[in-house]
Amino acid sequence: MEALLVLEDGRSFRGQSFGATGERVGEVVFNTGMTGYQEILSDPSYCGQLVIMTAPHIGNTGVNDFDPESWRPQVAGFIVRFHSEHYSSWRARGSLSQLLRDHQIVAISEIDTRALTRHIRSAGAMRGIISTEDDHVERLAARARAAPPMIGQDLTRLVTCEEPYHWTEGSSAFKVTCAARQTTGMPQTPGTPILHVVAYDFGLKRTILRRLVDHGCRVTVVPATTTAADVLQRQPDGVFYSNGPGDPAAAEYALEPLRALIGRVPVFGICLGHQLMGLALGGRTFKLPFGHHGTNHPVRHLHSGRVEITSQNHGFAVDADTLPAEVEVTHINLNDQTVEGLRHRSLPAFSVQYHPEAGPGPHDATYLFADFVDMMREHTRV
Amino acid sequence: MPRRTDIRTILIIGSGPIVIGQACEFDYSGAQACKAIREEGYRVVLVNSNPATIMTDPALADATYIEPLTVDSLDRIIDKERPDAVLPTVGGQTALNLAVALDAAGVLARYGVELIGATVEAVQIAEDRQRFKNKMIEIGLEVPRSGIAHSLDEAHAVVATTGFPAIIRPSFTLGGEGGGIAYNVEDFRTIVESGLDASPVHQILIEESVLGWKEFELEVMRDHADNGVIICSIENIDPMGVHTGDSVTVAPAMTLTDREYQRMRDMGLAVLRAVGVETGGSNVQFAVHPQNGRIYVIEMNPRVSRSSALASKATGFPIAKIAAKLAVGYTLDELPNDITRETPASFEPTLDYVVVKIPRWAFEKFPQADPTLGTQMKSVGEVMAIGRTFPEAWQKAWRSLEQGRAGWGADGKDRIEPERLRERLITPHPERHFYVRYALQSGMSVDQVAALTHIDPWFLYQFERILNIEGKIRAFTLNTIPADLLRQAKRMGYSDVQLAHLLHVSHPIQGQKLPTIPPGPWLPELAVRARRKELGILPTFHCVDTCAAEFPAFTPYLYSSYESEDEAAPSDRPKVMILGSGPNRIGQGIEFDYCCCHAVFGLRAMGYETIMVNCNPETVSTDYDTADRLYFEPLTLEDVLNIVDIERPAGVLVQFGGQTPLKLARGLEAAGVPIWGTSPNAIDLAEDRDRFGALLDQFAIPAPAHGSATSWEEARVVAAHIGYPVVVRPSYVLGGRAMAIVYDDQSLERYMREAVDASPEHPVLIDRFLEDAFEMDVDAVSDGQNVVIAGIMEQIELAGVHSGDSACVIPPYMVPPQHIETMRDYTVRLAQALGVVGLLNIQYAMQEGIIYVLEVNPRASRTIPFVAKATGVPWAQIAVQVAAGAPLQLTDTTVNAGPERYSLKTASQNVQKPLYHVKEVVLPWARFPGMDTLLGPEMRSTGEAMGSGTTFGEAFAKAQLGCRHMLPTSGSAFLSVNDRDKANLIPIARDLAELGFTLLATAGTAAALQAAGLAVTQIYKVNEGRPNVVDYIKNRQIALIVNTPLGKTSFFDERSIRRAAITHSVPTLTTLSGAAAAVQAIHALRNGGWTVQSLQERM
Repeated sequence: MEALLVLEDGRSFRGQSFGATGERVGEVVFNTGMTGYQEILSDPSYCGQLVIMTAPHIGNTGVNDFDPESWRPQVAGFIVRFHSEHYSSWRARGSLSQLLRDHQIVAISEIDTRALTRHIRSAGAMRGIISTEDDHVERLAARARAAPPMIGQDLTRLVTCEEPYHWTEGSSAFKVTCAARQTTGMPQTPGTPILHVVAYDFGLKRTILRRLVDHGCRVTVVPATTTAADVLQRQPDGVFYSNGPGDPAAAEYALEPLRALIGRVPVFGICLGHQLMGLALGGRTFKLPFGHHGTNHPVRHLHSGRVEITSQNHGFAVDADTLPAEVEVTHINLNDQTVEGLRHRSLPAFSVQYHPEAGPGPHDATYLFADFVDMMREHTRV
Repeated sequence: MPRRTDIRTILIIGSGPIVIGQACEFDYSGAQACKAIREEGYRVVLVNSNPATIMTDPALADATYIEPLTVDSLDRIIDKERPDAVLPTVGGQTALNLAVALDAAGVLARYGVELIGATVEAVQIAEDRQRFKNKMIEIGLEVPRSGIAHSLDEAHAVVATTGFPAIIRPSFTLGGEGGGIAYNVEDFRTIVESGLDASPVHQILIEESVLGWKEFELEVMRDHADNGVIICSIENIDPMGVHTGDSVTVAPAMTLTDREYQRMRDMGLAVLRAVGVETGGSNVQFAVHPQNGRIYVIEMNPRVSRSSALASKATGFPIAKIAAKLAVGYTLDELPNDITRETPASFEPTLDYVVVKIPRWAFEKFPQADPTLGTQMKSVGEVMAIGRTFPEAWQKAWRSLEQGRAGWGADGKDRIEPERLRERLITPHPERHFYVRYALQSGMSVDQVAALTHIDPWFLYQFERILNIEGKIRAFTLNTIPADLLRQAKRMGYSDVQLAHLLHVSHPIQGQKLPTIPPGPWLPELAVRARRKELGILPTFHCVDTCAAEFPAFTPYLYSSYESEDEAAPSDRPKVMILGSGPNRIGQGIEFDYCCCHAVFGLRAMGYETIMVNCNPETVSTDYDTADRLYFEPLTLEDVLNIVDIERPAGVLVQFGGQTPLKLARGLEAAGVPIWGTSPNAIDLAEDRDRFGALLDQFAIPAPAHGSATSWEEARVVAAHIGYPVVVRPSYVLGGRAMAIVYDDQSLERYMREAVDASPEHPVLIDRFLEDAFEMDVDAVSDGQNVVIAGIMEQIELAGVHSGDSACVIPPYMVPPQHIETMRDYTVRLAQALGVVGLLNIQYAMQEGIIYVLEVNPRASRTIPFVAKATGVPWAQIAVQVAAGAPLQLTDTTVNAGPERYSLKTASQNVQKPLYHVKEVVLPWARFPGMDTLLGPEMRSTGEAMGSGTTFGEAFAKAQLGCRHMLPTSGSAFLSVNDRDKANLIPIARDLAELGFTLLATAGTAAALQAAGLAVTQIYKVNEGRPNVVDYIKNRQIALIVNTPLGKTSFFDERSIRRAAITHSVPTLTTLSGAAAAVQAIHALRNGGWTVQSLQERM
């Protein structure tokens, strides 16, 4: 079946549908990772986005039960150059297209994803629409323009959990980290869980939860709207602020609890959690032209000088110039010098823009979970 | 940390002659390293014995030594140049081993030289199987279980741990002779016994089988701050069991989930840390169990490699350049990514296209060799193709190979033996992928093919897609095929030639006006091309940008596809396109890449924009900063015309890339493409025996009598007219393919009936064979009027040995001056008569005082780089400038034809004695057990080394050392020659005796020597009794062998002598002229006083 992708500026790409039928609008972004499509698809941070994979062959390894980052695909739509109906992997349980159809995700293949990516790179992320129903470019472009822009949108409420729950599964179900960096390696066997982490779910990825468990934490996941009092009542050793979709500045409801928690318990944030941290500490965020979505971003850890290859997925960033003096930038992106990590100089709170849990992506930064654990231990002792 | 300031001079070690497994990828990496280190302000000293390399161009280093890669030689160079550091990681295993040997010999310590880029410890861990294995286990990684055994009992103990199937590898045998795979105890006993017997040290390695496991490679880089990045993942389509150099490979890996990939990434970095690679690039190989994901580390190379060259070309990330910068102290984040400029080198390239590499084999040259592919690499070259999808890259790669195929089948040229289908699928073989195609086409399922080949089903599904569309296309003709389907076919990588075949195109479609190729036939592919253009189905060009379009690319490194948007953005500068030489093969290798690169340098100096087209990932020409613009594309008419259409070059050069571009010349000319330099018509004239014969007659220039025949009956008449012996060969072949010297009717009949497929279009050429003639090679440059001789080389082997397999010397040392003058005169006249504009190579023979012209090639020759190094003149650059219209500037020394520059120069500088320059070749015998090692009219050498000295003997000795032919200076010499050679052997034997050698000989030869008054010990031939000559060789009682062919009867005997000699590395000379040269060399070695001299000193 044919499908049509139309951008808000009228540029259109005709291709084949390989997911559900229907029509979806969203912000069009490209991800440059060559592996990890199943994780990307199911990452709640992609809520409301039409995701282009720049790697030309997608679906090669099918889909399996362990790799999803959440319970269902979360992207608004999926855009690829070529999709493999046939797959080959000892871990596979089904095909990508079947998964997409099962979850009502529209998807388009056989289009020039490189031309599309080049367009987004130069014109910036923009709204788009994928349709298997309408063949009229102008009409579709108008509908794309009618959709709300990403700036100002709070999407976290769409993907957060409804009820608190406990998470106990580690990465051991699939031995991943047998040979991580010497100095930053993860523990080979998770110790007895002794630290209690309350994790705010703004679109939390499972790999983050598994990493916390790997590092000896027991985790309670709470909905995005949970109050600070509720969290503190759970007597956490630390609080984790998760990744998530949308404009951080629009998720104002989340800032109040965060401000209340900083200084009282150790706080670690990733991605949206990092942006919220920046906002809570007095900084501002801004929208990047086309965001960082991929698994090859070099980040410098300013303390050690070391370079980490990181997994990234964000369209907004913390503006370094707006941060108060008590906040220190700890990591920067070497491609565009944007802020990739920060910490409070005196309080136990830090965050990174990128994804140290790496699902998908390299494991160079798993040490941050160990840092969080150390911070919690130190704080408990005090 | 910025670059180190405590070192000033850095010695870079090259990789020596091209051999199977170590080819021009190390010229690419070495040249990059030279440039990278020199631009940091260090003084670069370079040593490499291979004159055909770009890296040995005097412009690339401060001091360039074309000297042997031995400890002795390096000792002399280090003594002279006093480098502070040695970089051994860009010259292959040769350079690494030499560095370790220099360390062991105390040379490094004596001069206080530091190794950079690798430590001795790291090299040793990576090389020593057991240490490497222990290291891997230590860091928690798995390796195949294995053990060493010296007896059947020990073997049983080992196999108890490895399990079946078990791989048995005898130690120190060639090409894995005597080994095998045992599936049960019974097999095991047999193979172990034969393995122990075959091994000279009675030792075997027994290893757990990982045959059929998936095979992956990672190219990993690390800096001294412990930053590590993966540059590229490579998946071998041919699974474990086939050497990665013989595997079809794809980048990036196609069948790994992120979890599996990241786990491999962790392991790759961990391996570098464990082995101790502190800076630089390494290749790490993994085997992955297809059903449970279990990963074994197979091996790692702590240096740049063939795979890293491939990875560099596949990603645009220059691994060797960055490795060199890391070695002098930089960290990855301090270095920019040249392609994006804005972003640092500390990142991991991401690809939005697919790269396929296919090896090229040369089994047609080695008919007795076993073409089964296994753990010993056998291929001599490779091609890489880039497409937006795997099917596109796959098809492009097959047509890049230049083996007469227009892609992966669909060209009517499949040669399938259906009854061998299963065997061909099971046993890896160069033709296997065409059998896979046949299997899928004839209804075998993906699962069945996967079970037999262990090729991952994902690839087989892609093959099915390619075949599906093929079925659809066949239903149409060129007039009826829907535009959509045609576009889809192009997006799947189908070439116009394939489409012409599938669409049954045999004549131009109505109304189409198409060029025809004079004087040949009209080409069906041009009809497809015209139709495509009518329908607007045109290729688009895309950048290899390291970042999947995330950042703008500044380096025009391009490939074609059929997408919606073209990125080529051609300039409007005056521009010239240089067609490269495609995959390396025997007869056409690095020498032509050298010429193509020099064509770029020469044109750039004239202010032209240069455009390179090539598909060989090993080369310097495909480095993104060699030419201004690089098109990584197949060298076919279709692909080249596509680039011409978009670039509109002022001229296209076809004379520098060997036969590859020449084959395209007429088609390009017919399409209106401006060919610069010698006209295609003149090239044709030189190749057309009748036209060329008429020209020679006109000038009264002698040539051997010749004729042609299409049947045995005709051949007999021709041979009778010409007189035996005759040289016979098929027309239109390269490198002496299927060429033979025939002495009588009987052999001629056999040749005509069995060896060749003669037809009216392809007659067999018959030439009088000039016995005992000396052969000379002349290279010259002409602008059409003025002709300058670049060099005259005398072949050391006599006529009958292919010039590419013969050692040669500049200047000629045994040719009388009047003959030199004759050759000079003929060369000038022929160049003028042919209208040569650019390079010209003529082969002459001298017999009984007459100079004959054997062959004229109006193009770059294999010897140009050697001549350039010997004379100090960049002849290829001069030639390209002449082809671009510049007058020949060298006429100041002479009118029309000057004496060779080197002799002028040396004459004017009396302080310096004239130098002799010898080029010696290396032959791949060790790779092909069972091959006889006799030289013949068919070229089989893979590479060359050069030696220079003030005497012929010194130059020859150094050339031998450069090829790692270790001539003995004492010991026993075994002599066994045919009757014709006996008289001429006597002076050689006498010299050997005077040099202190003990003479051993077989009966006939011994008698002749004794008759001449020489002391000689007679020993048995193989079939005469024990101990025989082979026993002597095995016991290392023979240091040198002179063995000229005795004829059919003793064939087996001689062959076993020569094979034993190869196994035990005993220098063997199969011609008397070679033996005489060797004696002079031994003389020079005995005198000991050879010196090293840089090219820069000579200028």
